[in-house]
Amino acid sequence: MLDNLPANPTGIGASILRKEDRRFLTGRGNYVADLKRPGMTFGVFVRSPHAHASLGAIDTEAARVVPGVLAVLTGADLAADEVGGIPCGWGITGRDGQPMKEPAHPALALGKVRYVGDAVAFVVAETAEAARQAADVVEVAYDVLPSVVNVLDAVRPDAPVLFDEAPGNLCCDWEMGDRAAVDAAFAGAAHVARLSLVNNRLVGNPMEPRAAVAEYDPAGDRTTLWTTSQFPHVVRLLMGNFVLKIPQHKLRVVAPDVGGGFGVKQFHYAEEAVVTWAARRLGRAVKWVCERSEGFISDAHGRDHVTEAEMALDETGKFLALRVSTLANMGGYLSTFGPNIPTNLYAPLLAGVYTTPAIHCEVKCVFTNTVPVDAYRGAGRPEATFVLERLVDVCAAELGMDRIAIRRRNMITADAYPYQTPVMVQYDSGDPVGCMDRALEIADWAGFPARREAAARRGVYRGIGISTYIEACGLAPSRIAIRLGARGGLYESAAIRVHPTGHVTALMGTHSHGQGHETTFAQIVSEKLGVPVENVDIVFGDTDRVQFGMGTYGSRSLVVGGTALSKAADKIILKGRKIAAHQMEAAIDDVVFEGGTFRVAGTDRTRSFEEISLSAYVPADFPLEILEPGLEEQAFYDPVNFTYPGGAHIAEVEIDRETGSVRLVSYVAVDDVGTVINPMIVAGQLHGGIVQGVGQALCENAAYDEGSGQLVAGSFMDYCMPRADMMPRMHVETHNTRCSHTDLGTKGCGEMGTIGSPAAVTNAIVNALSGLGITHVDMPASPNRIWRVMQTAQLPQAAE
Amino acid sequence: MQPFTFRRPADLSEASALLAAEGAVALGGGMSLLPVLKQRLAAHAMLVDLSRLPPLQGISATDGVLYVGAGTTHADVAASPVVAGTIPALAALAGGIGDPQVRNRGTLGGVLANADPAADYPAAVLALGAEVVTDRRAIPADAFFRGLFLTALEPGEIITGVRFPVPAAAGYAKFRSPASRYAIVGVFVARGAGGVRVAVTGAASSVFRVPQMERALDAAFTRDALAGLTVPPEGLNGDIHAEPSFRAHLVGVMARRAVAAALA
Amino acid sequence: MDLMLEVNGQTVRASAPDETLLVDFLRDTLGLTGTHVGCDTSQCGACVVHVDGRAVKSCTMLAASADGSRVLTIEGLAATTGGNDLHPMQRAFHENHGLQCGFCTPGMVMTAVAYAADHAAPDEADVRAALEGNLCRCTGYQNIVASVIAGAAAMHAGKEA
Repeated sequence: MLDNLPANPTGIGASILRKEDRRFLTGRGNYVADLKRPGMTFGVFVRSPHAHASLGAIDTEAARVVPGVLAVLTGADLAADEVGGIPCGWGITGRDGQPMKEPAHPALALGKVRYVGDAVAFVVAETAEAARQAADVVEVAYDVLPSVVNVLDAVRPDAPVLFDEAPGNLCCDWEMGDRAAVDAAFAGAAHVARLSLVNNRLVGNPMEPRAAVAEYDPAGDRTTLWTTSQFPHVVRLLMGNFVLKIPQHKLRVVAPDVGGGFGVKQFHYAEEAVVTWAARRLGRAVKWVCERSEGFISDAHGRDHVTEAEMALDETGKFLALRVSTLANMGGYLSTFGPNIPTNLYAPLLAGVYTTPAIHCEVKCVFTNTVPVDAYRGAGRPEATFVLERLVDVCAAELGMDRIAIRRRNMITADAYPYQTPVMVQYDSGDPVGCMDRALEIADWAGFPARREAAARRGVYRGIGISTYIEACGLAPSRIAIRLGARGGLYESAAIRVHPTGHVTALMGTHSHGQGHETTFAQIVSEKLGVPVENVDIVFGDTDRVQFGMGTYGSRSLVVGGTALSKAADKIILKGRKIAAHQMEAAIDDVVFEGGTFRVAGTDRTRSFEEISLSAYVPADFPLEILEPGLEEQAFYDPVNFTYPGGAHIAEVEIDRETGSVRLVSYVAVDDVGTVINPMIVAGQLHGGIVQGVGQALCENAAYDEGSGQLVAGSFMDYCMPRADMMPRMHVETHNTRCSHTDLGTKGCGEMGTIGSPAAVTNAIVNALSGLGITHVDMPASPNRIWRVMQTAQLPQAAE
Repeated sequence: MQPFTFRRPADLSEASALLAAEGAVALGGGMSLLPVLKQRLAAHAMLVDLSRLPPLQGISATDGVLYVGAGTTHADVAASPVVAGTIPALAALAGGIGDPQVRNRGTLGGVLANADPAADYPAAVLALGAEVVTDRRAIPADAFFRGLFLTALEPGEIITGVRFPVPAAAGYAKFRSPASRYAIVGVFVARGAGGVRVAVTGAASSVFRVPQMERALDAAFTRDALAGLTVPPEGLNGDIHAEPSFRAHLVGVMARRAVAAALA
Repeated sequence: MDLMLEVNGQTVRASAPDETLLVDFLRDTLGLTGTHVGCDTSQCGACVVHVDGRAVKSCTMLAASADGSRVLTIEGLAATTGGNDLHPMQRAFHENHGLQCGFCTPGMVMTAVAYAADHAAPDEADVRAALEGNLCRCTGYQNIVASVIAGAAAMHAGKEA
């Protein structure tokens, strides 16, 4: 479709520098915390210090008399104003056919608090300091209850129960796959490999903490919320319709520059509703800026699974069936996508890049006294990949097979696409063998034994690990998603406004918070319409400006939004051809559009894009009888399938035998992202994603204290964020196959680094320690954990 | 932060007078005090900024003693040719505190007055047998550190500098918290006129010496002299990054690495 | 208290409560919102500015402590090179894709400029160590490291000639 266009220096495939950089580099970004509104007030939340407690009286008198305090609001005030609970965007169904348990989630706690950080009151004052002082003296009577933070404990019969309507703390007992087929395959298998593992809980920690500013204009009965969101239209929909009951046309939600998201900002949070409600109630603008340590106990967390997995194999190492059982932590309430992540975004990924014919996965979603758990970069897919890629290494070890050979034996070959897996999804394209072979070559896998020997001479353990993976992204075909429990569509929208001068404004329903959309989408417009990127501006993040959109998450912006943009451009081109045909007295079918020029095919009769744009607005020579003037088109696109990026990641590590410190010495990623719009930006997405996955593998751990229910890793003092010195220079390249169903052949690349890397790094660590008989190490592979594992292994048969 | 009064005295006597007031506290670089105030874990009526007091500045070496003014930043200690020429292990230690921006603000006096159990300097002060000089007296290192965030300083007493005897050899090795970058275990080893001293920070509620290691190193100042030596885990700190037994193990490892650094 | 200091080459006289942090003074009093707050434990480095030529975390310094000092923020950086265009380090970040969401960027650039002032040709390991006080969640640091190396070279280009 695009192959016949002349090379465009700012079109698809060009590593042009980012259009958005200048404002960020000069300190002119416009983040929510930077915002000042006339008469603006400041809000502070009072949060529960207890993991689980009955909520008694809240004495606000001392707080109210602090000078400058305007209001001290509680759950009772919300209830009196008939403010609704925070809704969940997905309703999954259990294996018994019953809907998940979906307890009420009041924006300020009512009756009980269910995690450390659960908001119980909101103080608004003339200054932030006055609000903080007042928050310090709000007296809350708590009757502390026993709490439970770990899923294994939460499903025990004697566990404290969070919600009466969810006995056993069970939100949903869910399954996917053919249990009978799997059981039959296991019964006849030559070998069964088993693995128990934990997928550690993470805090996403985008560098910009969350923030919200709300304002009410009584003259127009208009409410505006500025919020750090990845999906302003969805916030408008959820908050307006379900929580505050503000008609959509009276509510504007703006997500201006947002400093990273990674999923953390793709939920409708209680704070957004409370700030907006308070602003309407007070008739004053209200600003809330989350402090980092407050974010640790109020941003939705990620991961937190406990899993048992078994692979049935024949004697040649062929996978016959996979059985997975997972306990997934939901936290104290259901967050927007919470129940969808460990189920629909997890089980379908368990096929991986392999031909395993039968798979069954059961997932128990469990309430605990912890911060709600939801999507974090990768969301379900890193968890599935970690299970599968660790288990494949265990299979190889137990059968005495080479780790590459067992993968090759089971891998889907490039000629097998489209490939229907036993867990719902149908892969449209890919070449995992090609990705793996290229990665093996770059990483010099064959030369590893010599490097291991050299390291041994230096007294360090060295290991190499691979993760060959696939993900499903480009969320999502609405019909499938709604069948699986989505309470909304997952299409995307784009509008292209061609100005009379031929300059273009494109309005996108997706949201850029680091991904470089202002550049990438401009490149697509440049490619399609033949205008230079300098002549294209991309607008997003404002429900008053942009028609509609589901936002940015699930590696969907380029895939779904980009396809909508491509389709809108096609409509512009079609209309332009009609205008040009009229002007050049040709049949529409004879007018072609190439490189920014409308031409009567086979002739030298042309009209430039600028000429057609002008005549659309100055319709002197224009087919008004059949066409409206103006040149602006919009497209909504609902994808027909998920997209399936994938690849092969290889990590090499060295381990200090004395301290257990793991040093990552090499990292190679070869990924299939489909069509690349901007290679520079794709590499940047991979870099960032990989390091987030390395962080999970090596150091990040949102640890809770089992007794008190306190989040122990509650600040950057204890929660280890990857730093620059943790990484070697990564080698990242692509090995692309075209997506068959997106307009441009794109697959998306936002999450793949985070999906491929934890297993690659952990497999390398286990490989380094394999000489000690170690077969698995849980994440994060902290020095203490490695030291303990080495100690245990070195004790001669201590456990026997 | 809760409101307070900020004062920047012109000289030591004014500083001393200000600090005599109820609720007054000394401010050095602020790298320990301000985070505590920001998190509302403490409140003070007055902060007395000592960071620019002239008597607290300066680095000099005379007669086998290195003097470092209490107001000297870690960055200045790390970059000082005088320190490098006398006790290079001290320069290396200072260059490894926190991060570059912390080193640009944090001061020697501030660290010692705070006596954080995971701070680096206390290990050097104790192992080198230094004297903490105040506006009132000189306090030997062995008497200075009294426990978790506790020192021998009297109310209002101001650290003006530290006198470090220049050792024949010294080395510092630290196992850092991957998150905070504070020492999980830091061991400073110094071989001076009075023999070898080994001081450990990060592992317990306060910096401490390890006599058993000192005796072993007195006998032979080699890495191998410490083979198999460590400290018992009882009473050591434990957290999500290092359980007490791991810290005990690390004391041995870091001590050996400190000796190796001293011999390098 | 009443403060007088130089901010981005301009003399500033302002009054602020004694407990005002430098970062709040810059952002709220002076409206210089390019300096960011990304944590409350002095670790992320989004707030890094120069005080008397040294990189400091402005979230952990009182405005009062900067009284009489020279403060440089991201907004004033380009002007120090004489033109209205980007400072060489800012340009290096642009050309090497050293930023994504932009939130950590001002602190990263200010740290990099202070570091590069006396490191003309640092190697990669040195740069990674020098960035110890700055967190980035987007880039995986790889292109930031490349930016700092390129920016350092650009800052020193021609100086030896």
